[in-house]
Amino acid sequence: MSASKYSAVSGIQHEEPLVFEHAHEAPESISLPGVVGDVYAGLNTFARKKDAGIPGLSEPETVRHFVRLSQWNHSIETGFYPLGSCTMKYNPRVNEQVARLPGLAFIHPEQPEDSVQGVLALLYELQGWLGEISGLPHVTLQPAAGAHGELAGLMMIRACLDARGDQHRKKVLVPDSAHGTNPASAALCGMHTVELKSGADGRIDLEELKKHLDVDTAALMMTNPNTAGAFESDIKEICQLVHDAGALVYGDGANLNALVGVARPGDMGIDCLHINVHKTFSTPHGGGGPGAGPVAVNETLAPYLPVPRIVKNAETYSLETESDTSVGAMLGVIGQTGVLMRANAYISAFGKNHLHNIAQDAVLNANYMLARLKDAYHVPFKGLCKHECLLTDEYQNKHGVKTLDIAKQLIDLGFHPMTVYFPLIVHGAMLIEPTETESRETLDAFCDALLEIAAQCEAGDTEVLHNAPVRSIRRRLDETKAARNPVLVWP
Amino acid sequence: MSIPADLKYTKDHEWVRIEGDEATFGITDHAQEALGDIVFVELPEVGREVAAGEAYAVVESVKAVSDVYAPVSGVITEVNGDLEGQPDLVNTNPYGSGWIVKIKTDGAGSEELMSEALYTTFLEE
Repeated sequence: MSASKYSAVSGIQHEEPLVFEHAHEAPESISLPGVVGDVYAGLNTFARKKDAGIPGLSEPETVRHFVRLSQWNHSIETGFYPLGSCTMKYNPRVNEQVARLPGLAFIHPEQPEDSVQGVLALLYELQGWLGEISGLPHVTLQPAAGAHGELAGLMMIRACLDARGDQHRKKVLVPDSAHGTNPASAALCGMHTVELKSGADGRIDLEELKKHLDVDTAALMMTNPNTAGAFESDIKEICQLVHDAGALVYGDGANLNALVGVARPGDMGIDCLHINVHKTFSTPHGGGGPGAGPVAVNETLAPYLPVPRIVKNAETYSLETESDTSVGAMLGVIGQTGVLMRANAYISAFGKNHLHNIAQDAVLNANYMLARLKDAYHVPFKGLCKHECLLTDEYQNKHGVKTLDIAKQLIDLGFHPMTVYFPLIVHGAMLIEPTETESRETLDAFCDALLEIAAQCEAGDTEVLHNAPVRSIRRRLDETKAARNPVLVWP
Repeated sequence: MSIPADLKYTKDHEWVRIEGDEATFGITDHAQEALGDIVFVELPEVGREVAAGEAYAVVESVKAVSDVYAPVSGVITEVNGDLEGQPDLVNTNPYGSGWIVKIKTDGAGSEELMSEALYTTFLEE
């Protein structure tokens, strides 16, 4: 390992106990604002009987505690974060400036419409752009995350089928390469999923699809490009087959980054698509949010869009709440506006004429990495990839090294590992998504690290790989123990 | 990689031991090796009818959650309750104490099963 080449070194790094384990006992180190009168008398039976157990840390100690924990973290602002199927792209600072404008950041969801015309205008504008980008002109911005968008989309499909008298259609076809959220969304809508086995090329197999399409089929849920990084080249025929069977096509927009400004899911025949704006249009995410999962639909599903809907009148914008056909509200407010404002800023920065650079650069970057790595790592599906490249540990297995070892060694070399063991249809999968925001130098450094690991395997120098990581603040975690004996509360 | 000769196998890496009209199911050594450490096994209800090829249980490992398919049809007569507290039995002893269910079988589906030799060849491919 050549320390000069990679950036990971140890330095001022602090061990940090849980906040409750800090040794203080004096809760008076927290100064609460002046309390007037006898609070306990006022609380009556609502008064707490047991001590709240608030750790007695002073303000600087509290700040240090959380900052130290944050320094254990990895983010796109610390380094490359090539999580396949998750689109971890850089969030430009201008997005933050826009989202922090007082007129956008300091408004309340319950303010009167005439006092929030600016934010409504920006949301309406974003709706229009997402409709144009997806080729599905009717858009709701409400869903608070991708999986929430899936739920909204399937609720609309359910409502549409019910309105057609197709209450019996409850089968949702899901390729075996799908995201785990797809079956969960179907189940929440009272439907059940049937898995479609992928063809030998990792794509949907038309014969397998035909075999499962019947009068009980409600929808096909698919991701295009799929999670193996391959474009579903039979997409038009797939959509036609599903429509001929009286069912609808749901598009999981997790991989929209490969298509932005180049191809539109609506033109392919997809009826409904959720868009992970926090991924495709660059807003900070991970660790549970916030995200946003707007859903775009065609004419067939438009009557069922959630309310309230943002509408444009002659001079003003307003919220329309009345609809006989809507599936109702998906959120207590009109959307995660902070995330949506950043998405608006990212799209504005590119503009209509340059938006295609997002997809083209993302696809080029992934193929550049594939070209550099394809001799050292097994490529399960031959040919060009879309915005992510898929490798496996097949060659390294011969030396007793697995995907997990490779991932852990990357940590020692200063990189967040790629997505591992997904998609499930590929044994020992490593899914790398560089996105359009990384430089060639960064891509080269990551490829160099992977090539070095492959060379270590060939040289039989595998001990270091099995022991990795040694430079991180925690060594290899016992994932099995964490799953079998999770400790979720303190003490 | 252990592949006992007295069992039959499926392409989805399940094994079955058929003794008269009684059959025991589990997942193969290869399956547990590929899945990694098993952390949870979702067992079916006793009395449930399963068709050959139908998912009857779910195994969760640190890597993935996978359905387990029935090699032959029948009615579930017993489930391996030990797996609730010790899912790792599937890893340590997949053909023994890591068994998943016993069923009373009508034999449907058994014509599709592979012998030890065929399964060995199947794995090599």
